[in-house]
Amino acid sequence: MSRNHRRQFASRAWLGGTYLLTVIALIPLGFVLWFTVVKGLPSVIHPQFFINVERPPCEPTCPAVSDAGVAHAIVGTAILVGLASLMAIPVGILGGIYLAEYGVARWSSWVRLACDVLVGTPSIAIGLFAYSLLVVPFHHFSAYAGSVALAILMLPIVMRTTEGAVSLIPNGLRESGLALGLARWRVSLQLILPAAVPGVITGALLAVARASGETAPLLFTAFGAHILELNPAGPIQALPLTVFRYALLPYKSLQDQAWGAALVLVIFVLGINLTSRWVLRRQIRLAGQL
Amino acid sequence: MVGIVASLAPAVLLVIVAILVQQAAPAIRHFGFRFLASTDWNPVTDSFGALPAIFGTVATSFIALALALPVGVAVALVLAEQGQGQVRGLIGTGIELLAAIPSVVYGIWALYVLAPWSFQHLEVPISGRLGFVGWLADPAVRSLFNASLVLAIMVLPTLTAISRDVIRAVPRGLKENAIALGATWWETTWGVILPSARAGIFGATILALGRALGETIAVTMVIGNNFQIPHSIFNPAYTLASVIANEFTEATGTLYPAALVELGLVLILVTLIVNVVALLLVRSTSREASLAA
Repeated sequence: MSRNHRRQFASRAWLGGTYLLTVIALIPLGFVLWFTVVKGLPSVIHPQFFINVERPPCEPTCPAVSDAGVAHAIVGTAILVGLASLMAIPVGILGGIYLAEYGVARWSSWVRLACDVLVGTPSIAIGLFAYSLLVVPFHHFSAYAGSVALAILMLPIVMRTTEGAVSLIPNGLRESGLALGLARWRVSLQLILPAAVPGVITGALLAVARASGETAPLLFTAFGAHILELNPAGPIQALPLTVFRYALLPYKSLQDQAWGAALVLVIFVLGINLTSRWVLRRQIRLAGQL
Repeated sequence: MVGIVASLAPAVLLVIVAILVQQAAPAIRHFGFRFLASTDWNPVTDSFGALPAIFGTVATSFIALALALPVGVAVALVLAEQGQGQVRGLIGTGIELLAAIPSVVYGIWALYVLAPWSFQHLEVPISGRLGFVGWLADPAVRSLFNASLVLAIMVLPTLTAISRDVIRAVPRGLKENAIALGATWWETTWGVILPSARAGIFGATILALGRALGETIAVTMVIGNNFQIPHSIFNPAYTLASVIANEFTEATGTLYPAALVELGLVLILVTLIVNVVALLLVRSTSREASLAA
């Protein structure tokens, strides 16, 4: 074999190896989805899973069809994430507009760094923070504390994606608004922001998806509950808490509920992610037309 | 006005650290630096040391990175350079969905699927053959190694996304010159592209390290929760984050909760430093690349 052949062969082999590693990288995704569906589906196909609240372990005499459900966890997650969104999304959008439109170069780059660092901050530490701030003074766990923790996680995501969407808007739009004599804040809020709406929605959706799946910050803030709770001043259940607590218990009936809750969570989170990718593609096309 | 709103992000970061310092104060005053070096963790005698948890955190993260780095760079190469647009889009979406799956779902999957599989097909065979090496002996289903395995899967998207961007930022001219000189794909990649993307890939690795250090739930579910420095990577261990997750709601008295908050403080300070270093590295390389282009 000549030297050139050997070089070509080596290159092909390395390329093959690279593709092989890529396939290996995607295998876990397939297995996680497959097992969540296979193990979660038997619980999820019964409508009472979405209507009832949890039941204590029924072992050793379990009914053929379990009447346990996660309605209280779904409602709890909705309340927690809803409250967190109310706090994080408006602030995040304003912050993102600032970064893209107003920022003084030096200070914005610090704010950007802080955002990116905040994204990487361990969520359990944010949970400890919310606990110290909102659980210790009031002497009881609450959905408020949980939603503040979630809001801190959501804020940097909303800010950075809003910034990205706003800076995609071509300068012509800004200049035409200013040339018509509009004040700068009106240009930002009434011209730029509406044009960037799909991108902003993407950011908000991704933040909601991230917050819905977080367990660690809720462990000692929202804490969890066995029944349907609607009062945000008290402890509340959430889907990830159901998965975490029940997966670790030695009862098959509870583990089944955990897998069911995991499936609901995965469908919700992946649904949001795929939708937001679609919205984002539209935004890029839209910005191109402006 | 909006400037004040935007400044909320850095402010929150500072307030978090300040509040944690305040909450951990009893433990910091009582133990001093001994806290970081002691291996004794006994709530009954109010004696707390963080070393086993620090060891577990560092060990799981480094093993995870060692496993994820080659895979992540390979995927990044494929995404940046190779393949048809559609295949590439599909792989990219797959990796992004990997990042979207909640940690607790990885946890339950790892607990019931990955850990038993890895015990049977990786740990037992490896320790059967290499068990005479002390740190590969005594396999267990819930172990430091299995926690690292989940972590490797979880940090892969971070590693891939940033490495891809860095590899894309390598000036086209460099690559074209190499090809014009007759270099093969591998010679171009290994000799030209990877060296010029080196600093950025290093930054991506450190960013992934930050994620791995702070990951809580999935690790808590498979690491086995054993407050000791394990003698083998196949033994149960503990990490900073999982100690807090498991014990905080049960902690009573003054010193116990304060010691747990101090663990959180150690964790957040380390990840802060790691993240800032990584972000600055990634930023400076993409700036250099855009200057060179």
